[in-house]
Amino acid sequence: MGRVALDHVSKRFHDVAAVDDLTLEVADEEFLVLLGPSGCGKSTALRMIAGLEEPTAGTITIGERVVNDVEAKDRDISMVFQSYALYPHMTVRRNIEFPLRSRKVSATERAALVQEAADSLDLGGLLDRKPAQLSGGQRQRVALARAIVRRPEAFLMDEPLSNLDAKLRVQTRAELVELQRRLAATVIYVTHDQVEAMTMGHRIAVLEHGVLQQIGAPQDVYAVPNNLFVARFIGSPAMNTVSGRVDRVDGALVAQLPGASVPIPTELVAAVEASHPEEVVIGVRPEDLDFSDSPAAERGGIPATVSVVESLGHERHVACRLTDGQLVIARQDAHDAAPPEESTTYLVADPGALHVFDAASGERIRA
Amino acid sequence: MSVDARALHRRRVWSKVGRYALLTVLAIIVLFPIYITIVNSLLPPVDITRQPPKLFPTHPQWGSYSDAWNAGHMGTYLKNSFIVTFLITVGQVLTAILAGYAFAFLRFPLKRTLFVVFLATLMVPFEVTIVTNVTTISDLGWYNTYAGLAVPFLATGFGAFLMRQAFLTLPGDLRDAAALDGYGHWRFLWRVAVPLARPAVAALTVFAFLAAWNQYLWPLLITKDDRLRTVQIGLKQLQSVSIDQINITFAGAIIAVVPLVILLLFFQKQLVRGLTAGAVKG
Amino acid sequence: MNTATTGVTFTPARRRLRRRERGLAYVLLIPSLLVFGVFVFWPLVHNAYLGFYRNPPFPGLPSTYVGFDQYQDVLTSSTFYDSVKTTFLFAILTVPVGIAAGLALAVLAHQQLRGIGIYRTFFSSTVATSVAVAAVIFGTLMNPSVGLLPWLGLTTNPTILQNPDWALIAVAVVTVWQTLGLTFILMASGLQGVPDELYEAAKVDGAGAWSRFWHVTLPMMSPTIFFAVVIGTIFAFQSFGQIDILTQGGPLKKTNVLTYYIYDTLQRQSDPGKAAVLAVALFLLTLMLALLQIRFLERRVSYER
Repeated sequence: MGRVALDHVSKRFHDVAAVDDLTLEVADEEFLVLLGPSGCGKSTALRMIAGLEEPTAGTITIGERVVNDVEAKDRDISMVFQSYALYPHMTVRRNIEFPLRSRKVSATERAALVQEAADSLDLGGLLDRKPAQLSGGQRQRVALARAIVRRPEAFLMDEPLSNLDAKLRVQTRAELVELQRRLAATVIYVTHDQVEAMTMGHRIAVLEHGVLQQIGAPQDVYAVPNNLFVARFIGSPAMNTVSGRVDRVDGALVAQLPGASVPIPTELVAAVEASHPEEVVIGVRPEDLDFSDSPAAERGGIPATVSVVESLGHERHVACRLTDGQLVIARQDAHDAAPPEESTTYLVADPGALHVFDAASGERIRA
Repeated sequence: MSVDARALHRRRVWSKVGRYALLTVLAIIVLFPIYITIVNSLLPPVDITRQPPKLFPTHPQWGSYSDAWNAGHMGTYLKNSFIVTFLITVGQVLTAILAGYAFAFLRFPLKRTLFVVFLATLMVPFEVTIVTNVTTISDLGWYNTYAGLAVPFLATGFGAFLMRQAFLTLPGDLRDAAALDGYGHWRFLWRVAVPLARPAVAALTVFAFLAAWNQYLWPLLITKDDRLRTVQIGLKQLQSVSIDQINITFAGAIIAVVPLVILLLFFQKQLVRGLTAGAVKG
Repeated sequence: MNTATTGVTFTPARRRLRRRERGLAYVLLIPSLLVFGVFVFWPLVHNAYLGFYRNPPFPGLPSTYVGFDQYQDVLTSSTFYDSVKTTFLFAILTVPVGIAAGLALAVLAHQQLRGIGIYRTFFSSTVATSVAVAAVIFGTLMNPSVGLLPWLGLTTNPTILQNPDWALIAVAVVTVWQTLGLTFILMASGLQGVPDELYEAAKVDGAGAWSRFWHVTLPMMSPTIFFAVVIGTIFAFQSFGQIDILTQGGPLKKTNVLTYYIYDTLQRQSDPGKAAVLAVALFLLTLMLALLQIRFLERRVSYER
C-alpha cells in the first residue's frame, strides 16, 4: 500500500480546465473521498491517477514513483468502475483472475488468490456464473474482488455505489469501509453523494469546476466550511444562507437580513471590519435554528412564517418563509412542539453557530 | 522535460508516425484499383499497354468518357438502371410498409403462419427460381422489358421484417390515442407510423437501391439488347466490345461507380444503421 | 353473442370492426404475397418438378419423365462433385480472409487519431463498387496486354485468368476486395458497440494491446463476426457475376462454381431439367451449411444477455 500525491495537476480540454492546479496527497492506508457535483473534475482527476487520461500539467506520484510517463497497466493500481466493467463473456472466476494473468503469476498461486478474494467478498458460490446471471450487488462485489486480488498500491473507485438501489447502497457503504480497514488499503473514492463522503472517508476533498475547494476530515468540513459552495454542498438539508448588507446600528456591526438586523458574532467583528465587505452571507445549519415568540434580538430573531412542516418520524423539517419570500429550513427533534403552519414566529440561533461569508467572493470570514 | 520524458515523447511521436504510415499504406492498397482505373481511363490506349505503366495522366484524354457514354451506351445503361432500380426500390419499400404495418398493428387469423411465409422467402436462393421465372416472364410477354426486370422483385421478406420491427418499437399507446382522435388505420399508417419509422424506411431504401442496382444474373437472363441492358450487364458488354480501347472500358467502370458514390455519401448513416440492425442484436 | 378468449362480448358492431381489420390486413399483404407466390414459391415447386424431366438433346422434342433418375445421374457426376469442391474452396478463400481483413482495418481505424475519419471513408469505399465493376476493373488489369501486372512482377505462364492454378485465387482476390467496404462498415459498427470501459478496465488490469484485442475485442465482437460468417458464406455460395465476367467457369472448369454451372447448363446446354436439379442441390447445400454454422459456431458466440 502506498501514498498517492498530485502536485499542481491540471487537465485542460481546449480552453476549459476540467482539473485546475490540483494539489493533494493521500496518505498510506487513507480513505480519501473526492466529492463534488457532476462536471467538477473528480472523475477526471481519478482517471489521471489511473493513467487513463494524461495531465496537461503537474506530476502524479504513486508510492515512491512519479508515474506521469507510466502506462496504466504498470501503475500498480486497481479501479472499480461505476458500471463495474466486468468482462461479460468470462465467468466470475476468470474475471477476478484476469489481472493476475497479465502479471505472470503461476496457475496454483492464481487459484489461491482468486479464492481468497472471492471468500472475503462472499462470492464463493458464484465463481462459475457469468456476470449476466448476477444481481447488481453481486456484480459490484465481483468488481471489488477483481480490484483487491492484486493487492495494488492504491484502489480507485468511481461512484461504485450509484447503480445500486437505496437500501443496498447503505449496506454496501458499511461493507466497503469495513473492507478498507481490514485490508489497510489506500482508497481514493469519487462520489457526488455527500452522505457517502461524510460516512466513509477519513478525509473529504471537495471539488468544483476543477478547483479544490476544501480538504479535511468530514467533521471539520462540516463544521467549518471554507466557502459558500462547500457550506451549501455538505449537509442535508443544506445550510441556510441569507445575504444582507453590512451596517452599523447603535454602534454594533450587523448584517441587514430581511426583517431584522442580525449582529455579527463578536469574534468576527474585527475581521469583518478589516475586509469591509459590502454584503455578507450569513449561514446557519437547520439544526442550529430555533423558534421564538419574541424577537430576541441578541440571538438574531428573524421574522418568518411557517410554510410547510415535514415530519420524518424522528425529526421534523420546518420550512419557513422570510419577509422577502426566501425559504429557510429548520430542523427540530420530534419531541419538541411543532409550530403550526401559517403561524408567524421568529428564527433564532446562537451567535457561535453562525457562519459568515463574504458575499462577493464566497469565502469564509475567519476570526 | 526530463531525459526520460523526452525519450518517451520521441517514442510517442514515432509511434504516431508509424500508425499513420500503416493506415496510409493500407488505404493506398484498398484504393489503388480505383485509382489506376481513373488514371487509365484518361490515358490513350497505347499508354495503357506499355511497360512500365504510367501512374499519372500527364495529358488527360477526357474523350474516353464521352465515347463510353455515347458509342459505348453507358448513358443508356445508366438510364435503364435508374428506371429499374427506382421501380424496384419504390415497390419494395411500399410493399414492406404495408405488410409490416399489417403484422405490427392488425389482428387476423394465420398471422404467425403468414409471417413465417414471408421469412421463408429469404431462404429460397435465387438460382432455384430462375428457370421458372424466365419462362413466366416470357409467357407474360415481358422478356426484354422494364416490367420483366422489376416485377419479380417488387416485394421482399427482408423489407417486411425490417418494417415490422420498426413499427413494433413505436409506443403501443400511440395507436390507441390516434384511434380516439378518429384516425383510421390507413391515415394512422401514413400520417403517424411511417414518419416515426423514418430511419428504418431510409435504411430499407438504401438497401433496396443497392441490391437492385447491383443485380447481375437476372438482367443477364432477361435482357438481350442495348436498349434494355442495365449498367452492370452493360459494363460487361462494353468491356467485350472495347478490347482495343481499354480506356473506354475503364471510363465506363468509373461512370458505373459514380451514382453509388453520390448515393452513399448522402446516406452513409442509414447504411451503417441498417447493417447493424441484424448483426449486433444477435 | 360470442365471448371469446378476451372475455369481451362480441357485439355485432365489434364483429364488423374485426372483420374490417381482417380485410384490411389481407389487402395490405396481398401485393407481397402475389409477388412471392408467382416468383418465389411457384418456381420453387416447379423447379422440383422440372428435375424429374430429362430434356432431349435436340430442342423441339418432348422431355421424358424419369423420376429421380436425373437427380441421381446429375448429383453423382464428377462435374457436379468438382463444382461443389470449387464452390467450397471459393468460400474458404473469400470468407475468412474477407472478415479478417475487414476486422483488422476496422480495429486500425478505431484509433483516436486526427483525421481518422478520412481513413474510414477510404476503407469503406469499395461499397460503391458492384461485382460487375470490380470484375471489369480487375479483369482488364489482368489482361496480358495491360502493363500493370508485369511491372509489379505478377506474371504467370499462362496469364493469371487462364491459369488453372491461379484463376480461382484471382477471382477470390477480386471478391474480397469488392466486399471489403461492406465488411469494414459491418465490423466498424460492431466495434462501436464495445464499451470503452471494458478496454479501460483491461488496461488497468495490466493487459497490453494484443491481450486487449484477444480478451475484449474478439469476444465482444463475436456476434458480429458470427453474423458476417453466416451471411458471407451464403453470399459466397451465390457468387456469379465475377465468374461470368472473369473466367466463365474455366480454365478447365477450375472456377466452375455451382451458380455458374447452373447458368451454363441453362443457357449454353439448354437443359432446364439438369439445371433444376443443380439448383436444388445448391439450395440444400447452402441451407445445410448455414444450419451447421449456426449449430456449431453460435455456441462460441458470447451474447451479452
